[in-house]
Amino acid sequence: MAGKTVIQVKDLTKVYKMGEHEVRALRGVSLTIEEGEFVAVTGPSGSGKSTFMHIAGCLDRPTSGNYLLDGRDVSKLSRDELARVRNQKIGFVFQGFNLLTRTTALDNVELPLLYRSVNAFKKSERHRRAMEALSAVNLQDRHHHMPNQLSGGQQQRVAIARALINEPSMILADEPTGNLDTRTSIEVMGIFQRLNVEQGITVLLITHEMDIAEYGTRIIRFRDGRVVSDSKTGRRRVATEELAALPPPEPDQVPAPAAPQPEPAGVAH
Amino acid sequence: MSLLMTLRIAFKALGRNKLRTALTMLGMIIGVAAVIAMVALGSGATATIEEQIKAQGTNMLTISPGSVNAAGVRTGFGGNSKMIPEDAVAIRDLPLIEYVAEGVNTRAQVIYGNQNWNTQIQGTNVDWPTIRAWPMTYGSFFSEEDVKSAAKVIILGANVSTNLFGDGVDPTDQTIRVKNQLFRVLGVLGSKGNSAGGQNQDDQCLAPYTTVMKKLSGQIFLNNILAATGSADDVKPASDAITDLLRTRHAIAPGDPDDFTVQSLEDVIALRTQSTSTMTSLLAGIAGVSLIVGGIGIMNIMLVSVTERTREIGLRMAIGARGYDVLLQFLIEAVVISSVGGAIGIATGYGVSEFVKYYQNWPTLIPANAIIMAVGFSAAVGVFFGFYPARKAAGLDPIEALRFE
Repeated sequence: MAGKTVIQVKDLTKVYKMGEHEVRALRGVSLTIEEGEFVAVTGPSGSGKSTFMHIAGCLDRPTSGNYLLDGRDVSKLSRDELARVRNQKIGFVFQGFNLLTRTTALDNVELPLLYRSVNAFKKSERHRRAMEALSAVNLQDRHHHMPNQLSGGQQQRVAIARALINEPSMILADEPTGNLDTRTSIEVMGIFQRLNVEQGITVLLITHEMDIAEYGTRIIRFRDGRVVSDSKTGRRRVATEELAALPPPEPDQVPAPAAPQPEPAGVAH
Repeated sequence: MSLLMTLRIAFKALGRNKLRTALTMLGMIIGVAAVIAMVALGSGATATIEEQIKAQGTNMLTISPGSVNAAGVRTGFGGNSKMIPEDAVAIRDLPLIEYVAEGVNTRAQVIYGNQNWNTQIQGTNVDWPTIRAWPMTYGSFFSEEDVKSAAKVIILGANVSTNLFGDGVDPTDQTIRVKNQLFRVLGVLGSKGNSAGGQNQDDQCLAPYTTVMKKLSGQIFLNNILAATGSADDVKPASDAITDLLRTRHAIAPGDPDDFTVQSLEDVIALRTQSTSTMTSLLAGIAGVSLIVGGIGIMNIMLVSVTERTREIGLRMAIGARGYDVLLQFLIEAVVISSVGGAIGIATGYGVSEFVKYYQNWPTLIPANAIIMAVGFSAAVGVFFGFYPARKAAGLDPIEALRFE
């Protein structure tokens, strides 16, 4: 599953000025992420993983160093240009879901389409794409539900559908299971794995929980602003297996639809 | 992102919290309604006065001795401020003037049989019914012959006729006594009710001015001269022409004030409506202050809204909204609130004025430009007071915003 390089950073640094001190959040990070990888970035708080994520997600600019996203240098773009890149290239999934309240799942999913600067779609086309995205996470039957009518896991799945809608180069998930219980966490990780395997979607996951990090194919550890380890996951967890191994759900827990097995030879995106 | 799209997003956002949107609009609604209602009442009053005055006659000019200052008070009664019939003759000769009627007034007791009535006797000329656009119910007006010969003929006002002869009776050719002289009734004027000044216009009689001067009051000076032009455009130049003529005739030196007054109906209207207009503007201005209050309310709520929706703004930015998109969205939300509030206010103000018109019988009128101004002002309030919150929203840092609790 070779192909292009999605992320390439070289000697990335980030320095904040907090009053009189300088905080060196990143002290020279260089790494490469290829298409189709499922990378987990982990580390204690203050390790710089969040800072790295913000820069990787084009929410912030590095103080020095280069960042090539899909081959384009985005390290020195303006705020508006970064916004455009985020819209086109990156799909965000947040810990707190960040869905618009009193808005249907369908409208939530189609939101990134409204901010497209090129090729704006008509309403019918937007609807079609949003339904497609919801189908990819098995929520097409709930497209008209509001977030307050959805469980945590379902809300996060809507968020994932939203992240997919603009066909981004990568999904950037920041502690996506932080607000979910064990079973639902595994289900959500299963969705990421399925999307990664079946559709070849590149996933960059930030977490401080090793359990969750082990669902990825590669784990990068940060500490004190540097990468201290970067290797293929030793014992990779597979969501479907983990789910099967769990005790049966209690009556109040809703069982999730089965996620298909990830295959070793993935389908190219 | 297109303007239409931003509009949709703004509407959706406002719809998410309908109660708050409605309450925020309330300030604008009340403000605009108050302004519209005030303007409606004021304009109605002004229009009624205008209508009543215009009904006095078409393209009419009134020339009176003495000068009238702004408050409508006459001054300048001096030895020279008298008008003589020859003045009227001279005015008649002016090319722009089509009709002239000399005027003398006196009061007298009119007697028919055992009915008598104290009324005003207006001495005038044959052009009077044309100038005043006054139809007759019975009979006909007196003739030039009557004027030349100072004939003892009289036209009764509707009220006078009723009092002397009874309702619905045609008194033509009857004889009545006026100041112990016998006058023949030539006809009865149509009824016109009360004038703008509140006088009963049906309570008067008309006779040739020559008759009144020689046989009733004995005066040699005129009380006024009525004149009329052929078209409305001639009124102003005719007024100037008369002024020049009389200044010459009365030997008034340049720089000295006139010892007479030439008033067109427009002048009278302007005079009478001055206070109403001022009142209307004042009331509207005060009501307009409440628009400012409404705008402050909008700004307040928008600021709260921006703070409350900080994470939402962060999310929008994360998925690709630029600062401009966010600014436009919040600005449009503010403008929608203020404009829709303004529109509802206009409707409410209209409703209130209709209510007053129906129950109080006060005239109301909403001039079109008031509505346009109200709409424009409402939108402007939205833009002005919505700008600061919108700019605040657009300036948020997406990372900070996403972290916001």
